[in-house]
Amino acid sequence: MKIGVFVCHCGSNIAGTVDTEKVAAAARKLPGVAFATDTMYACSEPGQEGIVEAVKEHGLDGVVVASCTPRMHEATFRRTVERAGLNRYMFEMANIREHVSWIGKDMDANTNKAAELVAMAVAKLREDRLLFPKKFDINKRVMVLGGGVAGIQAALDCADGGLDVVLVEKTTTIGGKMAKLDKTFPTVDCSSCILGPKMVDIAQHPNITLYAASEVDDVSGYVGNFKVAIRKKQTYVDWDLCTGCGQCMEKCPSKKTPDAFNEFIGPTTAINIPFPQAIPKKASINAEACIMLTKGKCGACAKVCPVEAIRFDQQEEIVHEEVGAIVAATGYDLFDHSKYPEYGGGRIPDVITSMQYERMLSASGPTGGHIKRPSNGEEPKNVVFIQCVGSRDKSVDRPYCSGFCCMYTAKQTILTKDHIPDSQSYVFYMDIRSPGKNYDEFTRRAMEQYGARYIRGRVAQVYEKGDTLIVRGADTLTGTSIEVEADLVVLAVGAESAKGAAQLAEKLRISYDTYGFYMESHPKLKPVETNTAGVFLAGCCQGPKDIPSSVGQGSAAAAKVLAMFSKDQLESDPQISQVDIKRCIGCGKCMSTCPFGAIKEIDFRGQKKAEVIETVCQGCGLCTATCPQGAIQLQHFTDNQILAEVTSLCPPLLEKSFE
Amino acid sequence: MPPLAGKELRIVGFLCNWCSYGGADTAGVGRFSQPTDLRIIRVPCSGRIDPLFILRTFMNGADGVLVSGCHPRDCHYSEGNLYARRRLEILQRLMPFIGIEPERFSYTWVSASEGQRWQKVVGTFTDEIHAIGPAKPFGVSMEQLEKQMAGVLASPENAGAEKQEVERAAS
Ligand code: SF4
Ligand code: SF4
Repeated sequence: MKIGVFVCHCGSNIAGTVDTEKVAAAARKLPGVAFATDTMYACSEPGQEGIVEAVKEHGLDGVVVASCTPRMHEATFRRTVERAGLNRYMFEMANIREHVSWIGKDMDANTNKAAELVAMAVAKLREDRLLFPKKFDINKRVMVLGGGVAGIQAALDCADGGLDVVLVEKTTTIGGKMAKLDKTFPTVDCSSCILGPKMVDIAQHPNITLYAASEVDDVSGYVGNFKVAIRKKQTYVDWDLCTGCGQCMEKCPSKKTPDAFNEFIGPTTAINIPFPQAIPKKASINAEACIMLTKGKCGACAKVCPVEAIRFDQQEEIVHEEVGAIVAATGYDLFDHSKYPEYGGGRIPDVITSMQYERMLSASGPTGGHIKRPSNGEEPKNVVFIQCVGSRDKSVDRPYCSGFCCMYTAKQTILTKDHIPDSQSYVFYMDIRSPGKNYDEFTRRAMEQYGARYIRGRVAQVYEKGDTLIVRGADTLTGTSIEVEADLVVLAVGAESAKGAAQLAEKLRISYDTYGFYMESHPKLKPVETNTAGVFLAGCCQGPKDIPSSVGQGSAAAAKVLAMFSKDQLESDPQISQVDIKRCIGCGKCMSTCPFGAIKEIDFRGQKKAEVIETVCQGCGLCTATCPQGAIQLQHFTDNQILAEVTSLCPPLLEKSFE
Repeated sequence: MPPLAGKELRIVGFLCNWCSYGGADTAGVGRFSQPTDLRIIRVPCSGRIDPLFILRTFMNGADGVLVSGCHPRDCHYSEGNLYARRRLEILQRLMPFIGIEPERFSYTWVSASEGQRWQKVVGTFTDEIHAIGPAKPFGVSMEQLEKQMAGVLASPENAGAEKQEVERAAS
């Protein structure tokens, strides 16, 4: 075999701490290496051309590139060697950047390590075999998980592109957090006026099936052919019949039910439609508050319902859907401010969250759009906003910036002035982060035109003094401590990952970071893809973001799905397991180990044997490590290939092995 | 012989592609400095690792072997790392019987986002291996064997006893 080795400088990224020439020289001495050189940027156009030319000139059968991580450029270089006429699996990468040049400064040690990693890659390449992908059919339907603005956008874009869309929403209505907002920054657009029509489009789109009050129970299958079990939760109302007239709500005697949609500032009824623009506009019963379901008597709603839709005996239901791609758009949760007892949230009635304030500002909210002090219903004059509640604070395990709180606080100060012209807003902030289009102008307007007083510093304490609140904090610009009298304190709570995000990630087989946000395939270049083929991300489930970014990501995810579905068939990865039928003894151990059910039993001339179902196998190699016969081998990661790497790093001590 | 004698020991890491290899990449991207002893072999899943690979690595003279996969329940292949855990746990317990200090082998979980954790894992493990020092040759080297055999031939009166010893050492 003739192998070519290309050692990349990556500018000074590698060459700064690795003697790349020496590495190439060492590679030349390795068995099978016919050509070795160093190159400035292997991934650049001239770099790739150099590889193609060398393959042709030296008649190479395989290529090793020593550069960055294969997680970055393996696909790039596989295409390069393919252009040179080789099989794309006759390629190996040695990671001498992330694993060598960037983690140590000792030139000798690095050079030596890089040379060994190259030797290891060469040793593996000598064991590599040509592999050929197979084509398989795909199911061109897509499932979107989460009906917030990101999910809505993704669903609409996919549906407009002609795809069948299944939209699954956990709560009884789509709209997500955006539906709760009164206005949006930096335009002060009415939130429901821009979201409402999109929600209606979802309901009316012929290509979209909406499951509200539903959750994903189980996901199986693989890209192009996922099978999803959806759990439809009980609403105790037959939604096929319910017209959303709302008569039941009027008659329901249980009027003290906590109202989640209104952030618990006003009560609601046990049977309810969360808000007037809800989609689907259907009533559902809160089982914990319903007198009939808790005490066995009442049934007032059933008596007034003109279409007899009430079903106190309704049960959960599991439905199954088959789709080819999944977009996760499950959003975020708000930080629980009770972790800051010094702010008095939950204890002092006039300390509320930004989302509660948002509901108060909304004309369709529980106060009809009037700002009221929860303690006595009076109009506040001094409103204090405290930013970064659960953002950029290691002490509550939220060291990251939630990204949108600076902006919504500015918006809320403007709205406060609009609602109560003789009011005064104070904002305690750490930094103002307003990098979006027209964002900085907007915060300036809040300060200059609307007179919001911005105080740079953290609040130490909020306490009650008679009828008012005292907010005590530091003004770090003047270096003094400061006390502000407030009638209302609004905590600008940050974002955290949605409850249950980790469990869903496990079902989808995608990864999440320390804080529970889903991990994109590459932070710069693949922001909406995951490392699981066919699963895409949109919106805040990937990390906190504002509405424009969420919408942008929703569209981006849809574009990825549409691009994937523009082909009728996908190519399967040939890095899957294969059974050597002669060695297989039909013990079935691999079958019981495979997590994907990718191995079936076949009859081979009257004997039981295993066979891998190519499109189902994910290429984990569990079976390969299980098989007592070594009969089932994961292609491109066979025992021989891995052992070749081992013996390259650790040459056998004994000339003859014990076997 | 370790390549940079006195400086480095021979440590081999088997890392799953999705989590730990990614974590090692994240550590690199974050420029978290690490000792250079460790060489990484990339496998799709920690469940792909046949415990015999690890034994072979030790037999071939490795001073330490580190396996790292996705955190339990966060496996790209849903449960590969659970199989890995069972296998590696058994391997670890067998090590003393085979004559390898169990401290030379360790397995752990590092996710793709945990660059800092990876740095710590590598640093700690490398320190531990340095504390134990280089591994003794596994079994008996050919050289040693020949030397002993030569000795046997030279003094026939001791043949019986020494031969036994040689056999014991080689088995
Ligand atoms: S590699 Fe083996 S265990 Fe893994 S999915 Fe394929 S057949 Fe199943
Ligand atoms: S474990 Fe190996 S021998 Fe047993 S059925 Fe599977 S492939 Fe055949």
